[in-house]
Amino acid sequence: MFRKLILSESLSSQNEMTLLTRCALALVISILTIGLSAALILSPKAEPVLAIEALDKLALSGVENPVTAVLLNFRSYDTLLEIAVLLIVAVTMSTPSNKQMNQSAADTSRWLSVNDAQFVHPILTALLRWLIPLGILLSGYLLWTGAYLPGGAFQAGAVLTGVGVALAVAGRHHFTWHLFIARFVLTVGLIAFVAMAAGNALATGIVLQYPIEHAGLIILLVELAATISIAAILLMLFTQITALPNTSERLKP
Amino acid sequence: MTHDLLFSITGVVLIGIGLFGSVASTHIIKKLIAINIMGLGIFMIFLSTARHGMITDPIPHAVVLTGIVVAIAGTSLCLWLALKIHLLGEDTTEEVNANDV
Amino acid sequence: MMSDLLTPLLLPLMVATPLIAALVSILVGSKRLRVGISLLFAILQVLIALGLVLFLSTYQSAIRYELGGWGAPLGIDLTVDGLSALMLMLSSVLVLVLSLYSSQYFSHQDSVRFWPLWWLLIAGLNAVFLAADAFNIFVALEIMGLSAVALVSLGGSRAALMSALRYALVGLLGSLLYLLGVALLYRAYGTLDLLMLSTVADHNPLTWVSLSLISLGLLLKTALLPLHFWLPAAHSSAPAPVSAVLSALVVKASFYLLMRFWFDVLSPATNEIGMTALGVLGAVAIIWGCVAALRAQRLKLLIAYSTVAQIGYLFLLFPLATASGSSMINAGTIAAVVYFILAHALAKAAMFLAAGDIQSYYGHDNINKLKGLVLTLPMAVATFAIAGVSLIGLPPSGGFIAKWLLLESAISSGKWWWAVIMLMGGLLAALYIGKVLSIAFNQDIDRPTVHRPAQNRSAFYGFTLAILAVFCGFNTEWVLNLLEVQFERPLMTSGGVQ
Repeated sequence: MFRKLILSESLSSQNEMTLLTRCALALVISILTIGLSAALILSPKAEPVLAIEALDKLALSGVENPVTAVLLNFRSYDTLLEIAVLLIVAVTMSTPSNKQMNQSAADTSRWLSVNDAQFVHPILTALLRWLIPLGILLSGYLLWTGAYLPGGAFQAGAVLTGVGVALAVAGRHHFTWHLFIARFVLTVGLIAFVAMAAGNALATGIVLQYPIEHAGLIILLVELAATISIAAILLMLFTQITALPNTSERLKP
Repeated sequence: MTHDLLFSITGVVLIGIGLFGSVASTHIIKKLIAINIMGLGIFMIFLSTARHGMITDPIPHAVVLTGIVVAIAGTSLCLWLALKIHLLGEDTTEEVNANDV
Repeated sequence: MMSDLLTPLLLPLMVATPLIAALVSILVGSKRLRVGISLLFAILQVLIALGLVLFLSTYQSAIRYELGGWGAPLGIDLTVDGLSALMLMLSSVLVLVLSLYSSQYFSHQDSVRFWPLWWLLIAGLNAVFLAADAFNIFVALEIMGLSAVALVSLGGSRAALMSALRYALVGLLGSLLYLLGVALLYRAYGTLDLLMLSTVADHNPLTWVSLSLISLGLLLKTALLPLHFWLPAAHSSAPAPVSAVLSALVVKASFYLLMRFWFDVLSPATNEIGMTALGVLGAVAIIWGCVAALRAQRLKLLIAYSTVAQIGYLFLLFPLATASGSSMINAGTIAAVVYFILAHALAKAAMFLAAGDIQSYYGHDNINKLKGLVLTLPMAVATFAIAGVSLIGLPPSGGFIAKWLLLESAISSGKWWWAVIMLMGGLLAALYIGKVLSIAFNQDIDRPTVHRPAQNRSAFYGFTLAILAVFCGFNTEWVLNLLEVQFERPLMTSGGVQ
């Protein structure tokens, strides 16, 4: 099952299991699938008591979009922990200094450095001049609209990551992740969340409880910080992996 | 009601496919893809609980959104480890057996 | 009283402390500062846990904290009862000692990643012990699982990375199975709050299916035989303090959740067959784990297999908790298992630290090449031996008390045959501990290949833990009183359905 793990480039890998075991496994899983379907068909859905309560309390949450209200207010603790989960991956991928990892002679004393020597296609540059501001604008809109319509920190962060990825693949810009400023950008989401929890505790006496009159604004600020962190973390995952030395060389004897 | 049921049974089928793949295949990337397919099926079942006639329950939406982020984190951690192993080079099909004492 | 009003704040603080420690250790640049701050937070965490334990034992009531002021089921609550308070206390004490050990163990290069991941792992652990919401448990489990994977991979060797990857894949699969169970529960009962679930959960096929899925997911993470295959490699290839925390706390966290679901949240869906099946797997795990430990060539692998066996003991809880034909849960059995968790966590952490010292001194941990170890590293051998006394279950150690209590409940519930397994396990444990000691006391002396000075201070931390493991045997009455006082409430009264 998990004893033997392989990682070769050819996908026509040897199968550890014989045809018979595979068939048996398929049979067992089919039975489980049918059983699970039967359990779903036979058992009725619960009454939407919680949904009604959530929609009732929506007015107290500071936002109009019920999903955002759940994510950033009713169940904000989950979202806080979710950002911590992302941070784990970011920390794992951060290396004390990634000098040995990238071949390009980029300036590693800045978070975002520009390599002037690199030739960049003029059409690509022209395109990026449009795409990048547009992406940032779109990200801001998604963040803002999260209070009313589907949208919010994660969507905005994903779009912002796209901007960063476009910048990174164009070749002239280079990100360095071990600097303080980079580490701050990676953690600002969680910092804002923890600060909000503590600040709210001081203001209302209860951790994570927003003062009702400012709830909308505080949620927006926390989401802004979360957007920046999510975008930075996802961008870091991208650049750290692409900065690894070319893998195809290694495979040849 | 029938729509939700169709949705959740599709989810169950995806879970079955994912479960089979994650147990049967030995290739790390295949396993990872299978686990993600399974996760997708579970999210579908969760989402199918949201619709109640006129009311839409926001909790499954929020929960699934959190679940997706967690799944991304887990997947990227696995991919990172796989890449590191790959870069260590040599025998990429080496069998690492927990019971080899 | 002011202090009574502030006590509930200790619950969110218990999660916030490690999170803030993680953030600070990411932001701070120098190793010294990172270590200093980490130790400060570790002490703070012990104080908070101590506050919780003192509050619970004085007022004898569980605490519930409504995050965001919404209250379950709309919001997420944190709860602490006797069981979780003890787990929190155990984890924060262990974390303090292990942090002291780690402050010398890691080089500057590794410490950049170690400390943030270490604190995130602890945040996940604390969040699991405090969780009162089924989905929140999923997120907390992921924090714990992913940071544990990352910590295992810190070694950087191919073996470490491979076992980390296997651990990650198994962990992901386990979490997803758990999440599927939770999704089904939400569909059937419309709530994620554990307390609410425990009052509305019914005896029906869907509840049964979700209990099976949740259990399967958690069993994968707890590494009960035959789902243990990932554990020996992961636990033995991690850096010493990480191995210690993995064996001592991380597998216990998912076991803790299993206890919660079987005896509290979904107890109507449980049945005798399932309980017995878990017990049988536990019994097989005891024997198999001990035999594998006897056969192991590497010291850390031996200790890891011993963990597989010790996990087996925990699962004897399931058949022994209910007397034949009665649905009343025997509080004595639960107390015995909690004692087991305490004693094993301390002893196993001590052993891994001793093994870490041995490995860094000799450059390897091949048991057959450790002849005359007692002359080169007497402290490590003493630690190993004292911790071994507790693992075997010799008086007066904590392990002895745990086994004694478990034997007692086996006899009193009329299921004496489980006692035979326990005695056999103790005998086998004596054999593998004895094997290592006989080599350590061998007249021939193996010189280390790479000579490095032995660190007396780091040996001291493992020794402290080993002494604590024995010491908790002297403190039986106090610990049991604490346990018994606190157990009745959360598991019986507020559970509501017993």
